Amino acid sequence: MPFDVILKVLFIVLVGVAAFAPVITWVERKQSAVMQDRIGANRADIAGITILGLLHPLADVLKLIGKEDFVPAGAHRFLHALSPIIAALPAILAFAVIPYGATYQFPGFAPTTLVGADLDWGLLYIFAIGSLATYGSVLAGWASNNNWAMLGSLRASAQMISYEVTMGLAVVGVFMVFQTLRLTDMVVAQDTTFRIFGFLETFGIVQTLPGWLSWLRLPFWGVLVQPLGFVMFLTCIMAENKRAPFDLPEGESEIVAGYFLEYSGMRFGLFYMSEFIEVVVIGALLATIFFGGWSIPYLSQETIIGSLEPTMGAGLATALCMVAHVATFLLKVVVLIWLQMQIRWTLPRFRYDQVMDLCWKIVLPLSLVNIFVTGAVLLLVETAK
Amino acid sequence: MSFPAGVFYVFAALAVVSALGMVLNLRNTVAGAMCLVVTMISLAGIYVVLEAHFVAVLQIMVYAGAILVLFLFVVMLLNLRSDAFSPPRSRIAKLAGVALGVWALVGFLGLLPGALPPIAQISPTFGSYRDVGLSLYRTYVVAFEVTSFLLLAAIVGAVVLAKRRLS
Repeated sequence: MPFDVILKVLFIVLVGVAAFAPVITWVERKQSAVMQDRIGANRADIAGITILGLLHPLADVLKLIGKEDFVPAGAHRFLHALSPIIAALPAILAFAVIPYGATYQFPGFAPTTLVGADLDWGLLYIFAIGSLATYGSVLAGWASNNNWAMLGSLRASAQMISYEVTMGLAVVGVFMVFQTLRLTDMVVAQDTTFRIFGFLETFGIVQTLPGWLSWLRLPFWGVLVQPLGFVMFLTCIMAENKRAPFDLPEGESEIVAGYFLEYSGMRFGLFYMSEFIEVVVIGALLATIFFGGWSIPYLSQETIIGSLEPTMGAGLATALCMVAHVATFLLKVVVLIWLQMQIRWTLPRFRYDQVMDLCWKIVLPLSLVNIFVTGAVLLLVETAK
Repeated sequence: MSFPAGVFYVFAALAVVSALGMVLNLRNTVAGAMCLVVTMISLAGIYVVLEAHFVAVLQIMVYAGAILVLFLFVVMLLNLRSDAFSPPRSRIAKLAGVALGVWALVGFLGLLPGALPPIAQISPTFGSYRDVGLSLYRTYVVAFEVTSFLLLAAIVGAVVLAKRRLS
């Protein structure tokens, strides 16, 4: 049905790119103001109305459009124009496989899943698309014919390649647990709970758990079954996004502004926006893999629809459940975006050798250990059953 | 012409054009490397048409996303801008190139319809990461391990050579 595909694409583009990204440039300003004990952006107004400074993104866009579109002498004009686009596209494309709702069966309709493309290899698709984003920052510096920009590009390419490797290894534990790479299946697998002391029963330490212990349940979320994987994945994906504390490719105190030094106007605006679109993608991806996506803790889809259906009918119950799921997903994304902002304004920039040491000497061995331990535990559980 | 065939021809044309762009872009190594990136991505598109989804993703992740970024890194580090190196102009090299091209063309023509084996039916899970993983770790486990050992040897060799230059 092409109609619902168009609706889904519209939802993703409008919510993920057009609504979230400009608003979080405002959130970023307010967050930095809070952290630095300032009032923050509140001056842009239309006829005296400022709406807490929410007009600043609009003023930003007007300012950027009005600026001179400058291309430095000796620049490779084609690649100079192309690289902001290469930087922004992968971030937008990554939304395609992120589910923002479950599969719903409305009476009289075919079941619909709220996801752009339900790929069997959804997570790999995100890694593949994300790995192309490197070209945006690498080519930008080279095409600008500027030594500072070039240094920024070299830093960006080394940093992004290194963290891509560890980012992939950090989530292997998650798909070992959920036994799938399809992001919709991964969320469905998290839409349940597990008993905290259930392992005592599995390994035969006690015959049956006493009643009150078996009532202690937690949602089967990625962050609870793979806590180390979550921390490592968050580290790697923030390094991929190149924001503080990993903003060495920009490093304004050392290399002026790094790879986008020679960009002005909307071309710079595209780099700026792609950074914030990436923040939203990261929030959505973390929510999907580690925080159960659209699932509401302790209330699985069957429970919600099953309890509402007798009073209000199947159609309305499903619709309410859908609204609740999408709202839950967006709430989780907002919280995870806030977490990224908090980290960005708390930690100062690393030194370059510290960034590389963190990647190759700490996160990489830890992720290998994580894979090994996860495999061993899964094997033990399989044999104990 | 069916839809997959159309997609195939689009990606095949793109692959050939960008491969030529890479070979002919002698003045500008970075532009040449970017042409190679386009070739790799078009190859990934062809793999998708052939139902080999996992290989297509690996093609983009490993070749387009990692190896060619390293190529670019090296090219940029050496900072070879235009005129840094001239193409080989010797007559023997040109003749050898033409001869090699003719030989490849003859070999390719021999593969055209008639010479191809009949197309086998594929299972519905063909090309999924599960299928590839299972055949990698069951049928071809020895070859897989030998390859990883070879790669390890190459890495160690590269480190040893680089360290010798440093000290």
